[in-house]
Order: sequence, then structure tokens, then C-alpha cells
Amino acid sequence: MSASIAGALLLICRKLLTALIQLWVVATLIFSVMYIMPGDPVLLLLGADSNPSPEAIASMRAQLGLDQPAVSQYFVWLWNALHLDFGKSLTNGYPVSNYVMQNLPRTLELAFVAIIIAALVGVPLGVAAALKRGSTRDTVLTSIATLGISVPVYIVGTLLVLVFSLKLGWLPASGYTDIARNVVEHFRKLALPAIALGLGLAASIARMTRSSVLEILGRDFVRALRAKGMSERRIIWQHVLRNAAIPIVTIIGLQLGNLMGGTVLVEAMFNWPGLSTLLVGAVSARNYPLVQGSMLAIAAAFILINLLVELLYSLLDPRIRRKRS
Amino acid sequence: MLEVKNLSIGFRTHAGLKSAVRNIDFTVRPGEIVGLVGESGSGKTITSLGVMGLLPPNAVVTGGEVLVDGVDILKLSAAELRKLRGRHVAMVFQDPMASLDPIFTCGDQIVEAILLHEPIGRANACKKARELLEKVRIPDPDRAMRSYPHELSGGQCQRIMIAMAVACKPRIIIADEPTTALDVTVQKQVLELLRALNKEVGAAVLLITHDLGVIYEVADRVVVMYAGNKMEEATTADLFAAPQNDYSRALIDSMPSPGKYEDRLPVIERDADGNIRSVRPEPKVKASPVPVAIKDETPILELRDLCKSYWVKPSPLSTPVEMRAVDQVSLTIAPRTTLGLVGESGCGKSTLSRVVMRLLEPSAGQILFKGKDIAKLPESQMRPFRRELAMVFQNPYGSLNPRHSVADLVEAPMAIFSDGDSASRQERVRTLIEAVGLPTTAAQKYPHEFSGGQRQRIAIARALALKPSLVICDEAVSALDVSVQAQVLNLLKDLQAEFDLTYLFISHDLSVVEHVSDTVAVMQKGKVVECGTASAIFSNPQEPYTRMLLEAVPTIGTPRCEKEGA
Repeated sequence: MSASIAGALLLICRKLLTALIQLWVVATLIFSVMYIMPGDPVLLLLGADSNPSPEAIASMRAQLGLDQPAVSQYFVWLWNALHLDFGKSLTNGYPVSNYVMQNLPRTLELAFVAIIIAALVGVPLGVAAALKRGSTRDTVLTSIATLGISVPVYIVGTLLVLVFSLKLGWLPASGYTDIARNVVEHFRKLALPAIALGLGLAASIARMTRSSVLEILGRDFVRALRAKGMSERRIIWQHVLRNAAIPIVTIIGLQLGNLMGGTVLVEAMFNWPGLSTLLVGAVSARNYPLVQGSMLAIAAAFILINLLVELLYSLLDPRIRRKRS
Repeated sequence: MLEVKNLSIGFRTHAGLKSAVRNIDFTVRPGEIVGLVGESGSGKTITSLGVMGLLPPNAVVTGGEVLVDGVDILKLSAAELRKLRGRHVAMVFQDPMASLDPIFTCGDQIVEAILLHEPIGRANACKKARELLEKVRIPDPDRAMRSYPHELSGGQCQRIMIAMAVACKPRIIIADEPTTALDVTVQKQVLELLRALNKEVGAAVLLITHDLGVIYEVADRVVVMYAGNKMEEATTADLFAAPQNDYSRALIDSMPSPGKYEDRLPVIERDADGNIRSVRPEPKVKASPVPVAIKDETPILELRDLCKSYWVKPSPLSTPVEMRAVDQVSLTIAPRTTLGLVGESGCGKSTLSRVVMRLLEPSAGQILFKGKDIAKLPESQMRPFRRELAMVFQNPYGSLNPRHSVADLVEAPMAIFSDGDSASRQERVRTLIEAVGLPTTAAQKYPHEFSGGQRQRIAIARALALKPSLVICDEAVSALDVSVQAQVLNLLKDLQAEFDLTYLFISHDLSVVEHVSDTVAVMQKGKVVECGTASAIFSNPQEPYTRMLLEAVPTIGTPRCEKEGA
């Protein structure tokens, strides 16, 4: 028993180490991209139109540490990033970490609610389609899923707004209310963007569930379970779905990761002040520290989610658990 | 009691209903073991699934009755049928590992089976499951309860399946090829277990198998099926003593069995009128005089102290220890002879073949091919030797690319080595296809259009494309039916004479090895324990392990009482 616990700890440590290395590589890439990119933040900061004097430029450079050699800049940046200090916003001088800490939870919340909706809709639909393979029900469900994947989120979003806020008036069309200020209003405003995101994702989850469940249904042990006298419903929910879970969990994890930086359209459309909005604003304002900070936050969230998914694999499948240890 | 009356089953296809099983009749009485024997496609598995009410969705029962203690299960509703399954009628399947859910422990699965039909509480069910595991004589039942299926061997998994099947004391047990996936020694134990449990529980057992030896060992009566029809029903003794039906006779004839060496195996043929008979084909006569193997000729292949090690960690924190899959193996194969390599699964025989092919790197030792050591050659210098070594794999369904036509498949090795121009390659493809006994029209077809035996012929044609001198056959006939196996074995012998081939023939099946081999090596745990001429090994085995293997083979002709005493 103690050996298997030690094995599990070892596995987690190894995964954490890999995650840290990944994060470091990403941080390095972000730094170099920003360094190589054309455009001078100093000129930007001083206002290129005002023709700043060379002395002013030089003093600004020294102030930002940009007169140092690239390598030392890199290490200073990395060291600060380790302490969650991503520098100050070039536009107003507020610490970047404040912005990131403020917007990251909003995007995380939107993404998680969207993915839960997607899973709650997608998995049962996928199972339903797989159980009646080749029937009208399967064809209809699969076609809806294909449609769901191909329709862009802004069309789904527009339709939702049209129906639920303009026609029916049930939900607000856009905006954000802090949860501390008004809980009900917070979730009412979260509903439409989360559903808009979730439906598209549900479609691909449904398709993955369908094919994965179909594959498992063909296995010998399902026939053996029937021969034991188990009811079809129990076979599906207790045995088939758990065996089919790994590809489904994989796609959910990937989608969740992608949502970290991929909620731009929905955030813009529903006026949801999340991380994507922050990043897009920072890029167009060439606010370099803010871009770096939010990119790193997105990457960290992505890596963390992947780490959780991989640990989930070992929980789901004893074969993976024992093989690694 | 199980009574099957006039059962007919068909498959719904695009071309209408295709009959798979026609008017099958048989009865299995309590305490009796009835064997249902036939080749693949004979409808024996479909019959058994029909009896369980587990037919695939595209199959329909077109007539007849299946009476379980007088109740026609074909008329029962799904819910009633479900209550019957597991409690009244239990089933043991062919591939035990695949028939257990991989992500639940074996204990949980037995407990689940008990609780489905007997609501006695989890704790009691656990206790009962453990008792069952003791009854099926699994080593260390507590560990088995906690283990996942992949942590146990195939034989242990089958014991778990049997424990599950007898959990609710069923009246009828259907065993579908229960020992086909197991080693002979394990097969023997599992069959004995089935027999003993049957005596105790008193169930009616329907044993489905293609292996006549297994039938001979355990069945009281036999039903022979062919192409969906019942050919014969007789007591086991009568069937083997005097088969009444032509097909039964041919089937019994085509089975190679130890101690009954024949140069050519009889095969089953149907003449123009549809009559079935057993034919013993004459060996092909070679046009040019056959060069006889000369004693002092350099061997084609000589292995010297060949080793292949893997490093495994017994627990996550310990240092890796060496696991020798192939341990100091030394062998020689003379030109134009066949070396049969036998051993149970996991003994390292497949690893050995892959090391010889240099698909795996040897850890130590020499591989002398025609006198030259190829063990350490870099891939670039290995290339000319690759022409000389060919391989035929076990699974003819997996080893042929389904998107390539037969002509493409057979031509591929020649194309890789840019052997001749396109026209001459096509010519050679035609010759090879003819040599392996396929019609010339086969060239344009795709693998799925062929049966298992025909596919293995295609694989053999491909192996011969570059005129190799050594062909490694890794369980090349193990996936085939007895009569098809006989055809392919005859073909291999013909080709050996025709193309001066040398074979390394790897198999777990001792009777097949005896039939094809000139010399035999017996492997156990990575080591060659005994090596000698085929006749010496089979008539006078020296090592206890060899003797044990030989004794475990179910053989027709050994008196029944002798085995019951064992």
C-alpha cells in the first residue's frame, strides 16, 4: 500500500516538475517575442509625436532597465515574474499583476461554467446517439452536433441575445456585475455568454462521446456484463462511460485550456471584462508588460489544467496508474 | 436442462436475410458436458449467443425454440431474460482478459455479479467472492480480489470469469472457447477445474470449441457443426472411434497430433457435388533435383549466447533490476531445415525472433547469419541482410495493410529494395501468388475479400518476394482453423522444397511443431531448456518441463480413465 502512495506522490512530483519546465519555456518565449518585436516602448511611452530629446529617451531607458544587456533583462524579468511582479502598465503605471489578478478569475469562471454546461449537454447527447447508432435519432443528433461545431460563437450569441433578452426579456444582454455586489445579477449576466460558449463546445464533446462510447460498446466485456444479467442502463453509466472517459476528459481539458485565451469574441460581445479583453486591449495599445503578464497568466492556466487532466487519467484508469509507478 | 429445438438464425443484410444456422437440435442434461465443435463460420458461437439471448442486433431467430428448464427463452421479455442471465444461465468467454472490465478490480466484478442476483449485502458478497476464488484455486485470493485484470495472467483471469459464472449456482453454463487463448498447461488446469466444478454444481455445460483435443478430454457428448448445419451428434467415445459423418471424419483426420507424424496433413475438400471428404495432397515434385542438406555445411543461422534484457523497477522507488527475456540462447539451423521453437506465452520466443530480425537490439551475444555476425551491424550494413530474412506474423488480419491490393502488398518488399523493373516485379508477383495456391485474379483484390487462411497465404507470398533464405514464422498458423492450418502447413512444406527455404517456426502448439520441424528447441523463461531432433524430443523428452508440456496437450487416442486419474 505504502508503495502505491509513494508511487502516486512520485508521479505528481514528476508532473509538477514537467509543468514548471513548460512554464519556464513559455515565459522565455514570451520574453523573447516581446524583445524581438518591432516598436520601441520608450518612444511609445514618451509619445513619438512629441519628438522627445535623446536625454529624455536615455533616462527613460535607464528607468525601465532597457539599457541593460538582453540576458540580464531576461533574468530580472524572470526573477520578478517568479514573484508575480510583471512590471507596471505603460499607460497608467498600475502594476500589471493587479490587472491580471482582477481579470483572470472572471475568465476562469466563464470558462468553467461554459465547460460544465458543455459537458452536461454533450455527454448525454453523445451517449444517446451511440446507443441508437444508425437510427434517425443518431442522424439527427450527429447533424445537430456538426452544425453546432460549424456555427461561429458570435452567431449563437446573437441568437441567444435576440431570444432571451430582446424577445423574452429573461436575461440581461451584456455586462458584468461583481459577485460581491449582487450575486443574482452576477449569474444572470454570466448565463448568456456561458451558454453561447458552452453550446459550441457541447457539440464536439457529444461527437467525441459518441465515438468513444461506440468503441467501448464493441468490447468483449460489455457482452460479458450482459451475460451476467446486468441492465443496459447500468452497463452504460457504470461501466461503458467510465471506460470511455479518457478521450472525453482529454477533449474537455483541451477545450478548457483553449478557452483561457479563446473567449475574446464572447467577452467582447457580452462586454465581459476577462483576460482575453485585457490581452487584446494591451496588444493594440502596445502595452508590453501587460501583454507579457496576461500571456503568462493564460499559459499558466493552460498548463495547470493539462496537469489536472493528466492526473485525472490515472484516477480513471488503473492501467495508467500502475504503469507509471 | 437446456433443449435447443430446430433453432435457425439468420443475419439481416442488404441482400435480405442470410441464413447462418439451420435447424439445430441438441439437449444438454444436468451434470453433462456437451461439446459443440466446428470451424470458424460454422455458426457455433451464433448458436451459443442465441441460447443466451445475446444475438447481435443484425441477427434474428427465424425459427425454433430454446428451452431452459422447459421455458422458451426466445419468448421472454428483455427484463425476464436479464433475470435469467447470470443466475440461471452463465457464460464463460474466449478472451478472459478482454471479458473483464479493465478499470474495476476483479473482486468488485465478482461482488457485482453476486449482488445482481442475490441481494445479500456487500460484506457478505465480498466473503462469498473470496470463497469462490478459493474454489477456483486461484493462488493468493486476497491479492486477486484487489487486482485489476491486467495485473493477472490469462489463466487467472479465466478463473475469475469461471468464479463469476458459478457465483449464483447456474443450471446451465455456456463456455465459448474457454481455453483457446491459454497455454496448454493452463488449458489443462482450466479444463480440469470446469469438470470438477461441474460435478459439484451439477450444471449442464455447453462447451464450444474448435479444438477436438479439448472435446476429447472433457466432453461427454459432441455436436459437430459445419456451415450452419448440424453434421453429427454422438457420444465422445463413438465420435472418435467411428465418426459417421464425412465432415466429422475429415475434421478428425486433419488434426495434427503428437506421436502421429505424417509428411502431409490431410485437408478437407468439397467436390463438385458438395460432398465433403478428406484429401491427403501429394507433395509437389520439384523439377530440379533437390539438394539434400549436407552435414558439414555452414548453418544458415547460428545464435551464440544471445541475450536480450529489459530493466524493470519492481516498485517506484527501487533501482531497476535486469529482466532477461532471452537468456544466453545458442541455436543452429542448418540450410533447408526447420527449427521449431516451442514454449508457453511469455517464455521469450517472440522476443527471440525479433532480436534475430534485429527489430530489437540484442543485449549480448552473436547472431551468425551464414557465418557473419549481424548482432552489432549498423542499420546501413544490415540492409543487405534484411533481404535474406523474412517474417510471417500470427495475425493475418493485422499484418496486411487493408488499403493495399494483394499485388501491392506482395510487390512492396521488391519496391523497397528497387528489385528489377516494374514489369519483372509484376511477373514475380504472379509467380508468387500462384506458388502459394491463390488464383491469379487475387492480385487485384484487397485483404478483406479473403479468409484467414488465404490472408496467411498472401503474407507468405510477401515474405518470399525477395527470395529470402530464412523465413521466421511467428505463430503463423495459430489463428487458423484446423483444416486451414493443415493446408497452410502443407504449403509451407511445399515451398520449402521448391525455394530451398529454411524456417524458424515459432509456436505454442506442440503438435504443429512436431509436424513441421526437423529440429526442436524448447524455451522456458528465456532459456532453451532442451534442443534436439524432432523425433528425439517428442519420443524421448529429457527435461521435466518438456515432458510436462507434452502431457498437457489434449490428445485423441489416450484412454479416458488415464486422464481422469491424473
